Parts: sequence; structure tokens; C-alpha cells
Amino acid sequence: MKLPSVEYEAPGTVAEAAGLLAEHQDEASVLAGGQSLIPLLALRLARPALLIDVNGVAGLSGMSRVNGWLAVGATTREYQAEESDEVARSVPLLAAALPLIGHEAIRNRGTIGGSLAHADPAAELPAVALALDAELVVRSTSETRAVTAADWFQGYLATARRPDEILTEVRFPVAPPGTGAAFHEVARRHGDFAIVGLAAQLTLKDDVISDARLAFSGVADVPARARDAEDLLKGQRPSQELFEEAARLAAASLDPPADLHGSSEYRKRVAAALVRRGLRAAADNAKQNAQENAEERQ
Amino acid sequence: MTMADVTVTVNGETRTRSVEARRTLADFLRDDLDLTGTHVGCEHGVCGACTVIVDGRAVRSCLMLAVQAAGREVTTVEGLAPDGALGPLQQAMADSHSFQCGFCTPGFVMQATAFLGAHPDAGEREIREALSGNICRCTGYQSIIDGVLLAARRGRQA
Repeated sequence: MKLPSVEYEAPGTVAEAAGLLAEHQDEASVLAGGQSLIPLLALRLARPALLIDVNGVAGLSGMSRVNGWLAVGATTREYQAEESDEVARSVPLLAAALPLIGHEAIRNRGTIGGSLAHADPAAELPAVALALDAELVVRSTSETRAVTAADWFQGYLATARRPDEILTEVRFPVAPPGTGAAFHEVARRHGDFAIVGLAAQLTLKDDVISDARLAFSGVADVPARARDAEDLLKGQRPSQELFEEAARLAAASLDPPADLHGSSEYRKRVAAALVRRGLRAAADNAKQNAQENAEERQ
Repeated sequence: MTMADVTVTVNGETRTRSVEARRTLADFLRDDLDLTGTHVGCEHGVCGACTVIVDGRAVRSCLMLAVQAAGREVTTVEGLAPDGALGPLQQAMADSHSFQCGFCTPGFVMQATAFLGAHPDAGEREIREALSGNICRCTGYQSIIDGVLLAARRGRQA
């Protein structure tokens, strides 16, 4: 269908954007890459009075290392992060997830901030942000605050962003040495939203797991962290048996919804399989990185 | 209703029209500029038929507003054969009998044009991946992949 009639503003600064949001509150929708919002408009699932197009807002796009964080501007496009060596080096889990988002033409327009503000629980980036304890920076006319990913996702397509706030930046912690990551998912067709997805990251120190992070997409109305499995993994040496047990624990903690793509029980089985695969891939990736680091040092 | 003057370079020509904010780039091309080579299928970003190239990158023109294309350079399927002769990718696809009904054709051709431009050495796997966001209901895709592979091979020999 054609889009509904709507007013349109294209502010040039964050302050102007925040001013428009302060005035229009939830009558306004923020338009970034448009790869989710424009379909919602076309299907009349969203009927904002005003679109605030932030694509031209100065300083909202780009990536920079700040202390132990990689700060990604909200309107940085997914392809830009996908092609970035800095992302591959600093946040390997993000690098692993990006190629799985939609299709090339979607990633050419879609933005990192847009995906996280839209907060589709079946999407890849919310699971990545949750697994890594990313911080989301929002700004209103009166205040700037950082929200941790665990607090950000509040329900289906619902976040901690207040109606007068604009998401300006997402901060991902830089992976420590010895880290390996994998993003695995099961989808009917490549590029579709996954039935279940898994963000997995392991950090190895002297062949012992010093940090483990697991978060699912597609199993609840928000992305879901598998804390019991993470706790089990920490302090252990990677092994097939350990990963089997982690998979059992992670799947047991889930109560996924059933829909036409799969029953709840099927999703749990897929989740367990993804944990086994994801942990194996992350551990292999971590060992490979450790080896490359050692060779570089020689 | 917000109306805005939008100036876009389309296939090398500067075009200005007054449009509503809700006008998609796809409808702008088809209805305001009469460039009906860009096809509109699902109108919500699923089918890929409306794919065009904006500043060198493939995008879905149904998921971009015309006002967002202001100042940008857009290439549509008409821009691939300005003098009426088929471009090399189009010729390879014709030689491979890539298409049947033709509805999805401009989207595939634009997506493949952008992809081969950036990855002239791509093999079958990469080409399948690059075209995975475009839907064809006739062919079963094999003939389309064959056409793009033929174009890539001819491009490397030239």
C-alpha cells in the first residue's frame, strides 16, 4: 500500500531533533534507515503525524574507539559497520551478526541505531547488544543518559527510550584478547528473520573460559540472555560435554512462543543445537585469534 | 500536507519535482518521472523488484522516500541502456534466457549491476547470496544465476 499522509521534518542537529521530539512526543516517529519503519507505514501499522528524518543530523554517523568501548553513531549504516576493520577487530560478535541482517540492499540503508530502537526481538542486533552489555545513549532537550542493553529492551518493539528522546550512539565493549564470537541462526530462507538466533562469545585465558556470553533472538518478546549457561561455562575448559550441558541449561531456561514457523518445543530444540554449534565456533574462533596474536608478537 | 521540491540526478539527468513527503522513491520514479522500468511489487521491502542504485549502492526504492533522494545520484534500469542497446549484463542475461514474465527483471538487473560493479570476480556462491533478497516466481533462479555468471565471465575476458 501507499504510505499514509504524514508531515516531514529533516533536522540538521541532535538539538533540533530533540526539540521536535519534545514538541511532538509519541505523535512523531524517528526515521533512520527506514527498513522497518517504512514497511510499518505501508501496512498502516504505524500512523505517526510527523516523521523526523535523522539521516541528515550532523555527528550521528561514524565509529570511534573511546577507552574500552567502540562508539557507533546511531545512523551508521549496517554496511558501513560490516565493512569496517575496526568493528571486525574490536567487536567480533557484531561483525559476525551484521552479514545475517536482511539482504545487501537492506544493509545499505538500515542503521545500527535504527535496529536497536525498533527492538524487534527476532532481529540480530538486539541479541548482540544484550550479550555484550552494550550501552545506548539517548538525548532529550534537557538530559543525556546511557541505558544498558539489559534495561533497554522492555517488550515487543518497546524500549526504554522516552518519547522525547533520540538515540544518538551505541557503545559496544571492545573484546578482550583471546575472544572468539559467532552468530548462528536457523531461518526458513537466508535473510529472513530467524526462527531462533544465537549470539555467542567466549574469552579464553590459558585455555580456560574467563568470560562467556550467550543471547538468543526469536525466543521471547525481547532478546534473551542465557545466564545459567554462561555461569556454567566460566572457569571451565572448553569441551564437547561442557557445551552439551550449556545447551541443555540454556534451552531449559526458555519458554518460547509458538507460531506458524515452529512450535515452542521446536524452538527449544533449535536453541540447544545453536548453543552447541555457536560455542564450538566461538571457541575455535578464540583459539585462532590467540594463535594469530601470538604469531604477531613473535 | 507537506510538499517539498526535490532535485535528484536520475541516470545522469537532473530532475526536479514537487512531491509529498510520503512519496516513495519508487513512485517518484514511476509516476513523477515516467520511468516505469522500475517495478513495484510488494511495496514493503520484501520482493526486491523496485531495486535501484543510489550513490553506487543497491537500495529498495519502495523503502526510501523521494525527499531522501534529494541531491543524490540514482540509476534505474533505463540508465543501463541509454542509447537503446542492451548493456553487457542485460545482454548476458538475455543470452542465458534468464527471465520469463519479466516482472522481477529490473530489480535483479539493478542488484546484479551493483554487485558485479563491486565484486567483478564473484563466483556462484557470492552471486546467489547477493541476489537472495530478490524474488522471482517463474524461473527457479538457475537461469538468472547463469546470466550473471556469464556477464562476470565476459567482463573478466574483456
